[in-house]
This record gives sequence, structure tokens and C-alpha cells, in this order.
Amino acid sequence: MKTDVLVIGAGAAGMAAAIAAAKNGLKVIVAERDEITGGILNQCIHNGFGLHYFREELTGPEYAERFRERLSEYTDAIQVLTDCHVLKLNRDKKALLVSPKGVFELETKVVIYAAGARERPFGSLMIPGDRPSGIFTAGVAQRLMNIDNRKIGNRALIVGSGDIGMIMARRLTLEGTEVVGVVERLPYPGGLLRNVIQCLKDFNIPLYLSSTVVEVRGKERLEEVVVAKVDEQFRPIPGTEKIFKVDTLVLSVGLIPQVEMLDSLVSLDARTRGIACSSTGQSSCEWIFAAGNCTAIFDLVDYVTREGERAGEYASRYVIGERFTRGVPIVPGENVMLTFPNFYSDVDDLTLYVRCRKPMERAVLKVGSFERVFEDLIPSEMIVVKVPRQKLTGLGRIEVTLQEV
Amino acid sequence: MEKIVCVLCPMGCKIKYEAVDGKIVSIEGNRCPRGIAYLEDELKEPKRIVPTSVKVLSGEMPLVSVKTSKPIPKRLIPQFMDLIKKVEVEAPVNVGDVILRNVLDSGADVVATRSVKRISSA
Repeated sequence: MKTDVLVIGAGAAGMAAAIAAAKNGLKVIVAERDEITGGILNQCIHNGFGLHYFREELTGPEYAERFRERLSEYTDAIQVLTDCHVLKLNRDKKALLVSPKGVFELETKVVIYAAGARERPFGSLMIPGDRPSGIFTAGVAQRLMNIDNRKIGNRALIVGSGDIGMIMARRLTLEGTEVVGVVERLPYPGGLLRNVIQCLKDFNIPLYLSSTVVEVRGKERLEEVVVAKVDEQFRPIPGTEKIFKVDTLVLSVGLIPQVEMLDSLVSLDARTRGIACSSTGQSSCEWIFAAGNCTAIFDLVDYVTREGERAGEYASRYVIGERFTRGVPIVPGENVMLTFPNFYSDVDDLTLYVRCRKPMERAVLKVGSFERVFEDLIPSEMIVVKVPRQKLTGLGRIEVTLQEV
Repeated sequence: MEKIVCVLCPMGCKIKYEAVDGKIVSIEGNRCPRGIAYLEDELKEPKRIVPTSVKVLSGEMPLVSVKTSKPIPKRLIPQFMDLIKKVEVEAPVNVGDVILRNVLDSGADVVATRSVKRISSA
């Protein structure tokens, strides 16, 4: 098989990228390993999606369905292969795919990689104790409850107060699982205040800040979780242990960009741990573009959609013959945890995503000769700002800083 | 001034306000008019949109996700969940289909948020 564009992954980024490429008159094949398009949106049945992109508030499945419909308007240009996994991508632009129909090769002119992220697993937390059943990542718990109609347990503790953790606290409570608390290592909640209110306060679920799980106990099924307070270096403080009798532990401790397939083909960014991209979505390998959570973890699916569109647009222009420079590096400076994209190629204004390092009441964002004041900054809420290209001319390196004022 | 975070959308506006006897005398920080309505409700009768799911029969999936078409009083949520657990719908279901009308007299409908095809009978 041959195509102009191979999109890997049909989540928010992949669907948007495919549509953008089809609009440019290219032939697109989308490979999705799940049975349906939409990615993780399908299991996120809560509302809160689409406010920026659609100017209305949708649930995950609704957001996915809108894009599924748009995809179907381009059946001449876009072929969606579900149940189809990309086994390997080679330097000669040939991919090896597998589906229930068999293994086949596909030759493409460009790849848009949109594989999303995976959840940080329990094993990576190095928690001492037993390894009984009853320990789930938030995404797995969400899938079991919202897609497969399973109850995961009777009494649960949640680790991590990111938005997914808090949303799962509410979901479990609504479905009749008692949630005894949410444990957060940081001294402030990891997700949006809105979710602290509507997911925890509304249901009287306690939030234990500056706390961590120090041990799990249980023979076959989880029986007890030991939680302790931590000091500023996140070291457990002896004597502060508290035992929770629970049969379920739900982990919401972060997402990691899924990059394995491209590991040896492209360079990664040390901060985002995702594929290092230019402002065109181009990776260090000129025919591989990437978008969405495989490049950096975004707060909102709306941003992921826009990044997918951007990658689709520039990947198309690449196929048509345009060539882009890698551009100058964009690097995080004072009070900045990470920035995306990682390089600025001077083809358009720069849409810059910034995550701050700590909560700040008021800070000045400086990028080249561009400055803007932001208020009420928290690390869980990305700053998104459009920087005009004139403000970035003549720079060999773009440092992004946030100075408290 | 009191502070409150609007939960109506992901913007999460931090609203500062002053109220005397439950009446708002000053308000700032809301980036849209919905913030005023939210604050009024919050002082009188807090309301929330409830996203959940109901069983679907003969569907390609066992559940269809649903939401209330508008916020319902927070105090009704436990009762709402008891009711919704007993609901079963027959596939096919389309996104936007009304599953229950005026649920618990709240004025809100329960609407499907995904489509579930009917399982193709062999």
C-alpha cells in the first residue's frame, strides 16, 4: 500500500491532523489500534471538553464524535484503519502494520505521529509492601467503569490530585464506591480548582496535601494503605503514618508521552520527555511530524486538536515540497518547568505553551522582546500565548522566563 | 470580599463578591455572565451538571454515557444516581437522544453523550 500521509493514532491529535492533510488534497491513512476512533476521549464521559475549540462544553465522547463525523466527510481522501497497530517504522519511510487481516507494509511520504501518552505505572513509584490486586491506574479504572460497566472496588483511596484523579474520585463516589481520600505529595492540589470543588468538596472527600503512600498491604486483595506526611524534599516524616483500610488504590500520578516506536528515529526533549518538535510540528527526522500528548502533556484536548491541525498543515506542505528549518531552540528559564514547542521555525507567529514551576500570584512572561503579565499561575494550568514573529527575530536561542512581580 | 471559583466551565474564574442577606451587592472576576448565575445559584441552591452512564440493551457497548442537559440541584444528586442506575435503554442510541425528560422535576433532561449502535444480529 502507498499513501501520502500516514497518521499513527486516531485520538484528538490524529483526527485533527488527518483532516488538515485531507483539506490540502492529500491521501491519508490513519492507523488506530483501538476498535474505534477518538482515543481516550471515549472513556472520559465527564464534561469540560471543547470550550476553546467549539465554544461549548462537551463530554469526551461528544467531542470525539464531532471529529469522527468530520473524518467521515473525507472518505475519499482519508482511510481509517481501526484495530490496526503499527509494528515498526523504518528509515526508508516504510511502515509495518498488523490488523486482524494480517501483516502488511505501507509506504508513505510523511508520518504524523499522534500516539498520545501512557500512565505512569504503579511499579515506577517504588512503594514498599505487597503487590495485591486492587491497584489501578486512573485510566484503567475509568475504562473499566465507563466502557466495560465494572465496579472496581468498595472502598478506595486515590493517589495524585491531578484532574484525572479528582474526576475519578467523583466518578467512583457516584457509582457507589466510597472514596476515603485523595493523597497529594505537593502542598497544593495538582489539578484545577474547579475540580477540587465539584469533584472533592461537593462529595466531602478529604484531600491530604504534602502526603504520600509509604506502604501497601494485602494478601490477595489490597487491605491497607499507609500514608505519611512529607517534608519539603518529599521525604516521609516518621510518626505521621495513617492507615486507610481500603480494597482499592487508584493512581493518578502523571502521564508520560508515548514515544517508544520512534525512539531511534527522532530526538526527545529532556523536560517534556516527548518528541522534540519545531513550531511546525516537525521532529528531528524531517519526514516525521508529531502532535498531541506524545510531544508534551497538554491540559486541554482543545490544544491537542490545534496542535494536530498544525502538524497536519505543515506535514502536507512538506509533502507538496516546502522545506522548513529546524529553527532555534526554545528553552525554559526562571520559574518555567517546561515549554512547547522545543524549536521555533520562522514560518509563522509562535503559539507557545508554558508550564510554570510553582504557584505564583502575578508574573511577567518574557519571550524574546515579548512580555505579558499573567495572574494566578499554577503548574497544572498551562499558559498559552501567541508570540508575534517580529518579537523573535534575530535570536539564536529563545529563553522563556516568568518573573514574579 | 468573599471568593468563589466558578465550576461552569474549565476557565474556572475566581469570582470575588460581596453579598448582603443572600443578595449580591458587588461582583468581579467573572469573565462571562454565567458566572453571575453560578454565584446566585451557589448562594441559594448549588447546582451541577451530572455526567454518568446508563445501561444499554443489544448495544455494541454495555453502557451509553449521558449527562444532565443543565445543572441540577446538588442535593438531588444521590437520588438522581439511584434512579439512573435502574434505567435501561434499547440500542441504537444517538448522541443527543433524550433518555429521561425533566428528571426529578429539575427541568433538566438526561441526554446521551455518545452513539451506540445496535449489535448486528447473526
